[in-house]
Amino acid sequence: MSAHSTVIGVSSKRGVWGGGNEPLKASYGKLMMWFFLLSDIFTFAAFLITYVATRITYPAYEGPATEFVGSNEYWPVPELVFEALPFLHGVHAPLIFVGIMTFILIASSVTMVLAVEAGHRNDRNDVVKWMLWTLLGGITFLSCQAWEWNHFIHGTESGTVLTYINSLNQNVTETVYGANLVVNEYGPASFAQLFFFITGFHGFHVTIGVFLLFLCFYQAAVGVYDKRGHYEMVEKIGLYWHFVDLVWVFVFTLFYLI
Amino acid sequence: MEIQENKSTLIVEARDEQKIKKVWKTAFILLAITVAEFIMAFTMDRGLILYFLFIALTVWKAKYIMMEFMHLGDEVKPLFYSIIVPLIFLVWLVIALVKEGSDIFLMRW
Repeated sequence: MSAHSTVIGVSSKRGVWGGGNEPLKASYGKLMMWFFLLSDIFTFAAFLITYVATRITYPAYEGPATEFVGSNEYWPVPELVFEALPFLHGVHAPLIFVGIMTFILIASSVTMVLAVEAGHRNDRNDVVKWMLWTLLGGITFLSCQAWEWNHFIHGTESGTVLTYINSLNQNVTETVYGANLVVNEYGPASFAQLFFFITGFHGFHVTIGVFLLFLCFYQAAVGVYDKRGHYEMVEKIGLYWHFVDLVWVFVFTLFYLI
Repeated sequence: MEIQENKSTLIVEARDEQKIKKVWKTAFILLAITVAEFIMAFTMDRGLILYFLFIALTVWKAKYIMMEFMHLGDEVKPLFYSIIVPLIFLVWLVIALVKEGSDIFLMRW
């Protein structure tokens, strides 16, 4: 079997000009994952820097936190927008939920490293165990984000009275509840737009990641990687999953802390 | 016969406790930084100093994730630099867009 299985690296038959040397000492798949991630870093960086640039075109909210009301005249204070918890209606818990989400994603990143480490040792049982934990973390994070979006879209009970130009190009003054792409009760329209686009794009990456994790978990469990002779796929999908965590670290700081 | 076919020819190595310990240590550092950011968000006054600290801590966390979790530090130098050096472009993007944003602020308000 070993004579026919795929071996990472290049056979000695190839000359230097036939791809026989490996200056970067990494397989094709791993290299391409790294360069894909580099391009993805630029995409997310463009989004996040746009957020910063848009944010500083508006004045910050200056008054005391207890008297905060949303307005499209100034940028909202994030800890007063994201302050709800599931099952605890009306409890003021600023940033607690998003803190839990961050913790879940970091924890799933840790279990992913342990899966990669187990893959280096060809330990199928450990790979399957840690992949399952990572998968669970990913699904939990997505569920949390679904709740977060749901709450953000439906808004508070009191809403905010705003004057704005609606989608029919009319200037209206009315009580706004929740958020959509035209208007939101928390702040300027671009606040909700950027929230939807950036956390949405990140959530889309997590969704893809969960599919890849499941694929990897399944293939490890049925012994595909044992037959293949190496667990490099765990490593490649691990890179992607850590990247998702990396982006969330920045989203967390820029959206929720600053 | 079937059992033999399914049996792996790979040799399972023993756990390297040292490595696993390092992973948990990194995780603990990440957690500690996040908790510190959390405390700072509620105890310090909002302003440029706090924002600068937040971004510095975030970049520090990013360094840990890339170096320890993604093992970028263990790759050969050419690969390491081909990932890190292009990020210089982002420095320009930050400067350009922050300038743009603050100019729009002056025009608008």
